[in-house]
Amino acid sequence: MISVLARICRALAPLVFLTMLSMVLQADAQQTKPNAPVSPDASAVQEQTLLQQESRIQGRIDIPDKRAGVLIQPAGREWDHFHEVTLRRLGAIVILGMVALLALAYVVLGKIRISAGRSGRKVVRFSGFERFSHWLTAVSFVVLGLTGLNITFGKLLLLPIVGPETFSAFSQISKYAHNFVSFSFLVGLILIVTLWVKDNIPKPVDIDWLRQGGGFIKSKHAPAGRFNAGEKMVFWFALGAGAAVIVSGLLLLFPFYFANIAGMQIAQVVHAIVAVLFIAVILAHIYIGTVGMEGAFEAMGTGEVDMSWAEEHHDLWLAEVLTRERSAPPPRQPTPAPAK
Amino acid sequence: MARMKFLCDADRCIDCNACVTACKNENEVPWGINRRRVVTINDGKPGERSVSMACMHCTDAPCAAVCPVSCIFPTEEGVVLHSKDLCIGCGYCFYACPFGAPQYPRIGNFGSRGKMDKCTYCAGGGGDEETGSIEEFKKYGANRLAQGKLPLCAEMCSTKSLLAGDGEIIAQIYKERVLKRGYGSGAWGWMTAYHESIPV
Repeated sequence: MISVLARICRALAPLVFLTMLSMVLQADAQQTKPNAPVSPDASAVQEQTLLQQESRIQGRIDIPDKRAGVLIQPAGREWDHFHEVTLRRLGAIVILGMVALLALAYVVLGKIRISAGRSGRKVVRFSGFERFSHWLTAVSFVVLGLTGLNITFGKLLLLPIVGPETFSAFSQISKYAHNFVSFSFLVGLILIVTLWVKDNIPKPVDIDWLRQGGGFIKSKHAPAGRFNAGEKMVFWFALGAGAAVIVSGLLLLFPFYFANIAGMQIAQVVHAIVAVLFIAVILAHIYIGTVGMEGAFEAMGTGEVDMSWAEEHHDLWLAEVLTRERSAPPPRQPTPAPAK
Repeated sequence: MARMKFLCDADRCIDCNACVTACKNENEVPWGINRRRVVTINDGKPGERSVSMACMHCTDAPCAAVCPVSCIFPTEEGVVLHSKDLCIGCGYCFYACPFGAPQYPRIGNFGSRGKMDKCTYCAGGGGDEETGSIEEFKKYGANRLAQGKLPLCAEMCSTKSLLAGDGEIIAQIYKERVLKRGYGSGAWGWMTAYHESIPV
């Protein structure tokens, strides 16, 4: 039996040898020919090709953190350019431009006075709850605006003055302030919209108001209801911009829950651009509500405005309020107690 | 002075993850933080390549540029370091980094990420701690560079895929390899990190 096997082996040996020889020769041939089908480089992935196909390179990763599977995202450099160059220029132009414009307005127009003078009679313009909603939003906005600007401009303006340690401590606090005050801003915005949306629906009178120069031209009278066209524009802008910063802000507040790194970059760009425009618009809003116009601040301060002011700036609303007061039943007399 | 860089020769990387482990061990980084990782592209398909990636210590580092408190800076050798005392954990460096290098101890809802951690090129930290001190080690990990040693991930790479050192020297080594073996998938990330690639 064994001898039979040995004989077969001996017969096969040259065959095996020949096969091995041909394999070696084949391998040799492959090495000498660079374009042979099994060249290790033949189908290797190339970084440039991958980046041309997609904006980032991703792959499989062994560690549990699957987000780390993004190998290269060159968009980071673009985001860097946006944050350090584009946003800074845009922010400086928009915000300083608005400050310059308001200063010019103050020089040219001065404080817009109540031309008929104060009547001394008051009319309620905003209830306590309306004022609370406004100031909740307003205080939140100022905190958010300043802490937000600190992230972009702080290292240019504040860091050289206070030094790195103090600036870092301040920025740490302002980061948390920004993250948490955002919720009171959200509540305030919801309240404002609910309370005032019905008085902010655009009406034909708004076109008249715009044609008459919006109350800035003293010789002309610009008619308006409870809110004039300018206030309506601020309202709708605040609603749109507020929604945009809230949504984009929430995406950043919960990293990787709703958006990946590319999504968060876009969210930050939207957040920053809208916020800068928002700040500029609110600067104008603050100007007209304080130093820009006599009698305007009282509406949000005490809640009562002078009749003359109301007549000049919100004539239709004043007429409405007076009709309502006249038609309303007179305050109920205490019913006489039945005689005992 | 030498300009320190990393280069991963993807044609040699075997996805063994020893660089990842070496980094974790040498620097005693906490759980969940991966200063270095290996990503496999086209996994299981012909021509798949694995690339070991950490902070590339970029030229004009975008993380340093966007940091709102300017706590990230390049050293004379081009190593990008940061100060954990000044870091406010805002996450901006992570948005800007093309290589996903910045790491944080926590996920970071409501901005609670904690201080950023990343590859230091085994060069200690960018804070006030004394070079080679125990305080520096606890905060940032090893300072091998001060001892004249290169990052451990590259030093112990079994296939010598991961190269660390003077950018010009490692580029030269890579060029010679490519010339000798006749192919190379390129120096991954170099164009994005250093605005230059190594022609192959």
